[in-house]
Amino acid sequence: MPLSPASSSALDAHQAELAERDYLWTLNFGPQHPATHTTLRIVLKLDGERVVDAIPDIGYLHSGFEKIGEHLNYNQYVTVTDRMNYISPLANNVAWHHAVETLMGIELTPRCKYIRTIIAELARISDHLLSNGAVGLDVGAFTFFLYGFYQREVLYDIFEALCGARFTNSYTRTGGLMYDMTPLVIEKIRKFLREFPRTLDDMERLLNRNRIFVDRTKGVGVLTREEAISRSCTGPVARASGVTRDLRKDAPYLAYGDLDFEVPCSNVGDCYARYLVRMAEIRESLKIVAQALENLPSGPVNVGGDERIALPDKKQVYQTIEGTITHFELVMLNRGFTVPNEEVYAAIEAPNGELGFYLSGDGSDVAYRARCRPPSFIHFAIFPHLIRGHTLSDIVAVLGSLNIIAAELDR
Amino acid sequence: MTLPAYVTQVQSAHPGVEASEFRGQTRLKVAPDRLFELLSALRNDHGFDMLADVTCVDYLTYRGATDRFGLVYVLVGTQTNERCIVRTYLNEPDLTVQSAVPLWKGADWLEREVWDMFGIRFRGHPDLRRILLPEEFTAHPLRKDYPLQGRGERHNFPVLTRSNS
Repeated sequence: MPLSPASSSALDAHQAELAERDYLWTLNFGPQHPATHTTLRIVLKLDGERVVDAIPDIGYLHSGFEKIGEHLNYNQYVTVTDRMNYISPLANNVAWHHAVETLMGIELTPRCKYIRTIIAELARISDHLLSNGAVGLDVGAFTFFLYGFYQREVLYDIFEALCGARFTNSYTRTGGLMYDMTPLVIEKIRKFLREFPRTLDDMERLLNRNRIFVDRTKGVGVLTREEAISRSCTGPVARASGVTRDLRKDAPYLAYGDLDFEVPCSNVGDCYARYLVRMAEIRESLKIVAQALENLPSGPVNVGGDERIALPDKKQVYQTIEGTITHFELVMLNRGFTVPNEEVYAAIEAPNGELGFYLSGDGSDVAYRARCRPPSFIHFAIFPHLIRGHTLSDIVAVLGSLNIIAAELDR
Repeated sequence: MTLPAYVTQVQSAHPGVEASEFRGQTRLKVAPDRLFELLSALRNDHGFDMLADVTCVDYLTYRGATDRFGLVYVLVGTQTNERCIVRTYLNEPDLTVQSAVPLWKGADWLEREVWDMFGIRFRGHPDLRRILLPEEFTAHPLRKDYPLQGRGERHNFPVLTRSNS
């Protein structure tokens, strides 16, 4: 791959001119490196230990998810979304079917909305535990990482009780869910809500005022508010820079309109602020889960047989004519959904930022185009901007605080 | 649902812009040579300060489609909390539009991905290289005439046997 130093010439001519100087080192970082956590490569121009320029080279994990999306139907493709951001797969499932239901114009049942809200927030907790844990791990706080990973194990147990899969959940279906939430899951989530805040307190006590951690992250990788907006940043990265934007508040979807929570923001914009925003978001997510769980409406989780979207249960198929017809219509290869010949863009606030899908329907039950707006891709684009002028050892802090997931980066 | 107020202002300032609405989303359609003009007006005068996404759709096998490519810009106003989808349609052989990088720096990688996957060129883009695929790759795989499966790059790799390795 030609790594011309002219890569950022029009945007930043001065930096490119600096990069031309021949006393600079060129250092290859990745694609296999313990601190990248995933497969990505950065070519660094170093002046001693100082990073003059960084040229990201991505695509090592490109597996054509968007092309596959044009050949799998709307329910099959949810398994592929699991593999995009694999540290919070449930949020991806919710995002995908949110887009599909927006395209078809389906109104979900209240119980389904609440359950999806709960699982999306649990996914946010599990994502933030890992991404903050990885920041800690990379700058030397190994205990913190293990505290976070232990609680992720508890969350995996909840997901296993919820849908049978621990890692690649594929829990949502068009117009509903794979299974209803059982009392066992509710009991497990209640237990988690009781016990997790103590660990969270411990984690904050471990790192919030830890001298090494604060010195390594404070003032590193500062992103201003204007840059954050101009470079399309969303989620915790943008909110740590003072962009008060959260789709849960700005465009309430699912049950977020009914629930009481706050959106943590900071206006500093460095790695430490991103860490603090994520920690505060975990607490807000706990509040959301607790409220949603206590107000969980009863009733069906799937939309009814009249819409012909979700498969009816076995009793309905055997005992009612509507159920039989719906089942027949949905499973026959030449039937299936009726989808308008239209295009929509629908996004949710995923743990990592705005996760949107641009869907183009052509009448069949396979998407004509299934574009994913990946927050990792957009956040990795700002990496050279954040790292210029910092030292080599700051790379891991900045990379960790952006929470780059290479499977989502490359899709 | 009716269209928001800024749409009529945009339409009077830019004749030829068609507006439509679906599921509460405002879409504007514009000719490719007027695209940059419209985007900069939306950014500077109507508060769409963030570019959420740039993508493209290949309408080669779409029933009733008249144009080959649909280029999509999804804009967001962080203050106004509005969303606007700007679409333009392109046909072979002229697959070139003006780049939006001077307006939003975030357009850099998004437009590179569109070039990589669909082969649409962006005039004035500072660094229009392939991003996800290797530079030697010759096709644009998200076009509809590119097969899902087939003999790909891997089949050209030399096979080393144990005896001559």
